[in-house]
Amino acid sequence: MADDPSARDERWQIRIRDLHKSFGAQQVLRGVNLDIERGRINIIIGGSGQGKSVLMKHLMGLMAPDRGQIYVDGQDIIGLGDVAIAKIQRKFGMVFQYAALFDSLNVVENIAFPLLERYHLPKQEVLERVRDLLTRLDLAGMSGVEQKFPAELSGGMRKRVGLARALIDRPEILLYDEPTTGLDPIATKNVDEMIRRTADDFGVTSVVISHDMASTFRIGDRIAMLYEGVIVASGERREILAAPNPVLREFVETSGAVHFGGGAS
Amino acid sequence: MTAPAATPTGAGSPPELAPGRGFRPLAAVGRLFAPLPGAVALFGEHIILLARALIWLFRRPFRLRLFLDQMEFVGVGSLPIIMLVGFFTGAVTALQAILALSLFEQQRYVGFGVGISLARELAPVFTALMVTARAGSGMATELASMRITEQVDALTTFAVNPVQYLVSPRLVASALMLPVLCMVFNILGLIGGYVVAIISYQIDLGQVLELFRHGVDPIDYIQGLIKAFFFGVTMATCSCYQGLNVRGGAKEVGLATTRAVVSTSVTVLVLDYLLIQIMNVLFPYGGM
Repeated sequence: MADDPSARDERWQIRIRDLHKSFGAQQVLRGVNLDIERGRINIIIGGSGQGKSVLMKHLMGLMAPDRGQIYVDGQDIIGLGDVAIAKIQRKFGMVFQYAALFDSLNVVENIAFPLLERYHLPKQEVLERVRDLLTRLDLAGMSGVEQKFPAELSGGMRKRVGLARALIDRPEILLYDEPTTGLDPIATKNVDEMIRRTADDFGVTSVVISHDMASTFRIGDRIAMLYEGVIVASGERREILAAPNPVLREFVETSGAVHFGGGAS
Repeated sequence: MTAPAATPTGAGSPPELAPGRGFRPLAAVGRLFAPLPGAVALFGEHIILLARALIWLFRRPFRLRLFLDQMEFVGVGSLPIIMLVGFFTGAVTALQAILALSLFEQQRYVGFGVGISLARELAPVFTALMVTARAGSGMATELASMRITEQVDALTTFAVNPVQYLVSPRLVASALMLPVLCMVFNILGLIGGYVVAIISYQIDLGQVLELFRHGVDPIDYIQGLIKAFFFGVTMATCSCYQGLNVRGGAKEVGLATTRAVVSTSVTVLVLDYLLIQIMNVLFPYGGM
C-alpha cells in the first residue's frame, strides 16, 4: 500500500484512497482505502446502509466525494470535467440491482443503447453485436426475445439483458450492485455462474457489492468488508477465511453460509 | 420549538398563547415566515432545473425522436380532452353570458363575451389545467418510476445527461404544444357558444358572429397564446422536478404526481395574474 497509487499498476486497476462522503450530518464513508484487482472478482460485503452503493457510485464518477482519491489505471478521476469523466465511464459497465432496463425500449434497443449513444455505428453492426451478446448470454434461444419489452421478461432474464447492456461497449470493469437480491437459490446460483463466466470469458475486472454471504464465498476471488464507513478487512478469499476480522466473522457466521476454522462450506 | 434564552413564562403555558411578558412579537413573526427559506430554495431549484434543461437543449447530441415522441404525448394525446372541455366551456360561458345579458336585452353581445373570455383567460388556463392533469401527471409518474428503478442512474452511466434526455424534450414539447392546444380550445369553445346561441335562445346569429369578429382582436389571441406558452414551461418544469426528485417507493411516486399537479396548478394561476399585469402594460387593452 506504500506504493504510488497514481502510477499505472499491472495488478491493481482501481485504487481508492481515504474516501470520505457525508450526507448532511450523516457520515457514510469515513476514509475508505481499497484496491481492486485487475481481471478478478472483487466482492465488497457489508450490511444495509453501510455505504456500499455510495462507494460504487463514486467508482463510476456518479457521485463526488467530500475528500479522497480514486485512481482508475493510475488516473485520479475526482474532479474531472464532463468529457474526461465520460471517457473514464466508458471503461465501466454497471449491472443494476433490478436491471434498470428502460421501460420504453425493447430488449434490442436496451442493449444497443450505450453504442447508439456513444458512437455513430452502422445499424447492421450494432445489431450484429447485440445478437452476438444475446447468444453468448444464452438469451438468443427464446423466440421473439429481441422485440420484448422489459415488463414482459422474468427477473432472471432482465438481469441478463442488463448484463448484456453493460457488456455491449466492451468495458474493462463491470460493477454489480447486489446482483442476487430478491432471487431464489437456483436463480442466485445461475447469477453467480453468470458473473463467474463473464469474468472468465470477457476478461473483465468485476466489482460486486453484496450482502449474500453464500454467493460471496462461492465466487469471490478477493473479498473486502465495508463497516461503518471504512474497509475493516480485505484480501484473498483464503486469507479472509484463514484469519477473519472479528466484525466480518460475526457478520458471516450470522448468515450461516460459511463457518470459519473448518474452511468454507 | 422554543427559542433559547426566552423570558421565563408561566410553567406549562406555551409562549404562543401567553401574550404577557413572555410574548415576543418578533419571534412570532419569525415563526410565521419560517417556511419561507425552504419555499425560496424550492423555487430556486425549479429555476435551476429549467435553466439546465434550456442549456442542454443546445448541446449535442440532438435526439429529434424524443422531442417528437413528447409532442405526440402532450399534443396529440391531449387533443380529445381539450376538444371536449373546450366545447363545453364555450357552451357554458355562452349560457351564462346570455342569462346575464338578457337583463339588459343585450343577448346579441354573447359572441363578444364568449370570444374574449375564451381568448384571454378560459382557453389558456383551462388548457393548462387539463393538460397538467393528463400529461403533467404522466411526466411526473414516468420520471419518478424511472428514478426509483435506477433508470435515471443507468442513463448517467452511459454518459447521457438525464436533464438533456428527459427534461429538455418534455419542456420543448409542452411549451410548443400548449399554445396549439389553446387555439384548438378557442375554436371548439366558439363552436360550443355558437351552438348554444342557436339551439337555446332566439338570438340573431349574424349579430353574434359580427360582434365576435369586431369585438375580439388578434392581440387577445396572442395574449392567450403567450400565456399558454409560459404555462407549458411551468408544467414541464414542475412535473419533471417532482419526478426526478423522488426518493423511496411506489407511495412516493404517487405523492410526487400529486405534488406535480398541485404545484403546477397553483403556479399557473399565480403566473396568470402576473402575466396579465405585464401584458396590460405591453398591450394596453382597447376593448371594443
